[in-house]
This record gives sequence, C-alpha cells and structure tokens, in this order.
Amino acid sequence: MTKPLVSLRNAGKIYRNGTVALAGLDLDVRAGEFLTLLGPSGCGKSTILRLIAGLDSVSSGTLTRGFSQARGNIGFVFQDPTLMPWASVFDNVFLGLRLQGISRHDAAPVVNDMLALVGLGAETAAFPRELSGGMRMRVSIARALVSRPPLLLLDEPFAALDEITRFKLNDDLLTLQGALATTIVFVTHSVYESVYLSHRIAVMAARPGRIVEEIAISAPSPRGQAFRTSAAYADACAQASQTLQNAMDEVLK
Amino acid sequence: MKPFGAAWGPPRWAVRYAPPILVFLAVLAAWEAYVRLRHVPPYILPSPTLVLETLGTDRGILFPALLVTLKTTLSALAAAVLGGVGLAVLFAQWQWVERSFLPFAIVLQVTPIIAIAPLLLIYLEAPMAVLVCAFLVAFFPILSNTALGLASADRNLIDLFKLYRATRWQTLIYLRLPAALPYFLGGLRIGGGLALIGAIAAELAAGNAGKGAGLAFRIAEAGYRLNIPRMFAALALISLAGIAIYAALAALSAALLGHWHDSAAGPER
Repeated sequence: MTKPLVSLRNAGKIYRNGTVALAGLDLDVRAGEFLTLLGPSGCGKSTILRLIAGLDSVSSGTLTRGFSQARGNIGFVFQDPTLMPWASVFDNVFLGLRLQGISRHDAAPVVNDMLALVGLGAETAAFPRELSGGMRMRVSIARALVSRPPLLLLDEPFAALDEITRFKLNDDLLTLQGALATTIVFVTHSVYESVYLSHRIAVMAARPGRIVEEIAISAPSPRGQAFRTSAAYADACAQASQTLQNAMDEVLK
Repeated sequence: MKPFGAAWGPPRWAVRYAPPILVFLAVLAAWEAYVRLRHVPPYILPSPTLVLETLGTDRGILFPALLVTLKTTLSALAAAVLGGVGLAVLFAQWQWVERSFLPFAIVLQVTPIIAIAPLLLIYLEAPMAVLVCAFLVAFFPILSNTALGLASADRNLIDLFKLYRATRWQTLIYLRLPAALPYFLGGLRIGGGLALIGAIAAELAAGNAGKGAGLAFRIAEAGYRLNIPRMFAALALISLAGIAIYAALAALSAALLGHWHDSAAGPER
C-alpha cells in the first residue's frame, strides 16, 4: 500500500483560549483522491486544513507529510477569493511563482495556461473588482494550482456563490483534478456538494472536532448531470445526510 | 441619442462643482453689497473687489511670500512622508522599534506646535525652525495611518504568504505596502493640510520674533500697519494654497487607487 500524502494520528488541537478544536483525530489523505471533510460549523474542518498546510501545528498526536514542504507544494483556496485587489488577474495568479523568484517573463506561459484552463484567458489584465464572484473564485483556484502542487486544500470555496455558479465550479474543479492529477482536500457543509465531488467523505462532529465516519463514493469519473440525477447519488446523499444528522444529535445529547 | 429610460440631467461635473461655486459667489456678493451699502471703511472690512485689487497691487510682496510658505510646506511634507513611512515600515517589521519610538511620536503629536515653535526659533535659524514645525504636525498622521495600513493586510493573504514561505521583505513589498497605500494616502491628505497650518503657525511665531518671510509673516506685518486689505489678500492666498494642496493630493489618490480601491473608484462595478 502506498504511503499516504498526509497522515494525522491521534491529532489534537487546543487553542490558546482553551478551546479544544480537535481531539483524537486519525485521518489519511491518499495520493490522487478527492477527500471531503463534511460537518457542521465549528467542528474543526478548517483547522484540519490549516494543520495540513502548516499554518498551525498540532497540540498533541502527530502529522506527517509524504511530500516535500517546498514552496508551492500546497495550494490553498479560502472561503473568500482572497485576491490582492491592487493586482491584475495575471499578477494574482503569478504571485506564488514570483515569490519563488521566477521572473514574469518565464512565468507568463504557465500563468496564461492556467488562466486559460480555468476559463479566464481573456481576463488577464482585469482587476478583481471588475470580476463576478465566480470569476474571482476561478482566479483563486488558478493561483493555488499554478505551481502544480501535489496537494490542493479548499476551505468552503463555493459557500458564498449562487447555485448555478456553484454547480459549474464543481464540474470545473473535477475537470481540473482530472487534468492535473492533484490530490484535493475539500471542506464543505453541503451534503450534496460533498457527494458529487468526492471519492471519500470524512463526516465530522463537533465539541471536540473528530471524524465519526468515512463514506466512500464509488461513482466513476467523470461525473456530470447524469450522476446528479441518479439513484446512486440520491442514496449517497441520504447516507451522508443521515451520518451527519447522527453526528449532530450525538453532540446535542 | 439617449437610450430609452436613461435619466436626463446636467453633466456630472456641474452637479459636483456648481453648488459650492454658487454658494461661494453668493457669499462674496453679499459681502460686497454689505460693505458698499453700509459704507464700511476698508480698515474695518475691505470689500472682495478691494481684496482682489490688493492681490494685484501687492503682488510683489505677497507672491514671493507665498512661494516661501509653499516651499516650506512641501519640503516639510516630503520629509514627513520619508520619516513617517520609513518609521511605519520599521514598526511593521520589528515590534521593538514600535515599542521604543511610538511614545515619543505621540508626545510630539499631542504637544501644541504653537508652544514648540518659540523654542525651536531659539535653537534654529528661522527658516529651519518653520520647516521643523511644519514637519512635526504633518509627520504623525502619515506615520499613524501608514502603520495602521501596514497592520491591516488581509489575514488570509498573510496566511497565503506564509504558505508560500515568503520572506519578511517579500511580504512587505508585495502585500503590506500595497495594502497600506489607501491608508497612507489618507494620512498624506491630512498631513498636507497640517503641514501648511504648521508652517503658518511657525511663521507667525517667527514674525513675532521679528524674523520671517512667509505669508503669515506678511499677515502679521500688515496687521501692525492696519493694512487690512493686504491681510485678507494674504489669507486668500493661504486658502488657495491649501485648496491646491488638497486637490493635488486627491488627484494623486485617484490616480493610484482609481483602478482598484472603492474609495477612489466610481460607482460602477
């Protein structure tokens, strides 16, 4: 069996104010998979992403990475597009490469290719304020993927978007994963989105944050409208929804 | 042809500038009428036309003085930008610098410049003392606004820079400085006005000490001679200088922020 890309063992996170965000967490992220962390607000989903990204450290247990932590090896997409408003679309996507010391001239083909891949090839000179919410999120995804990281972390990236844009970006994200063979860890509290996108769903409960069940989604790729309307999709949604409900009931007991 | 449903109205520049211009002209007309109808002598209150006439007749005295004041103001503002931005950057990079220097910057800010000016005039040559006074009042708003801007960069972007393992200086250049630009420009606009006020206050103090060459000195001198029209003419020049500085800095803000920041961009998105 291949070594996981990221492995958390009995991991815990306690913040300075004493809040126990995570406790006894065991989770493997396998190369090439689309893993979704599904759970209610405050269950520690975003904390797991921050731990994996190295933006925070575990308070107990271990976190090991099966890849180098060199610059550009992890892409991160936040809930908000988090673009630099003073910079053009090109310069926003160029950021990671610029920080690696790559010149604009050398980076231009890579940046332009990535922008074309997310459907923004004609918007390179635009500024974020001139773009729609969906387009800004595409820029954010392009920025995260421009260095072709082996691991992409997305923290509820589509939560603030309308449903039509969200469906479109769901499909685009799956296409990008297929094209770039990137491992994705995706955070959401939408059961439907998690089932549509994932190979595997880790359902979480709060207080303290922990994984209560893992659900494998066996539907083949590429997925599309046919999958959204299939019985398999409905069954998987029902299962994930029930598991999530059980997890929330357990917390309320 | 206007599209169907498009609202008719005067041009935008007229909507923006016509009301204050009309109010200003109305005040001048009322002032002129009052002076003429009540036969108010010019050593009590000169009419606007007399003030305008004095601007022409005394131009050999007033305009060189205006140049002196403007030179002092702009030199002080330039020094305040260099000092304020430089110190704010040091604050952002090393907290011990902020802890060490901020109290002194606040002491300078809260001490009235009119109380400092006579002391400076003892220790420095008059032009240098005036320059230092103007610098002191312009410095703090630029420092505090820029420091606030440098500390206000988006937390997620700061995390992103950490994730990309950006160096401290990369984070400063590519994130903190651009994020601080609107704050700095806000401080610059305040500092521009204050530099003029500081220069005028210090010139008045210098004038009282019998030294000086700026507009405020000319006001004090004209006051001693009861030349009230010249006082008003000098005052008008000071106001115009202040408006010009503000307009120039507002134009700079629009040029630097117009394409990305909501404070300078138009209503269209």
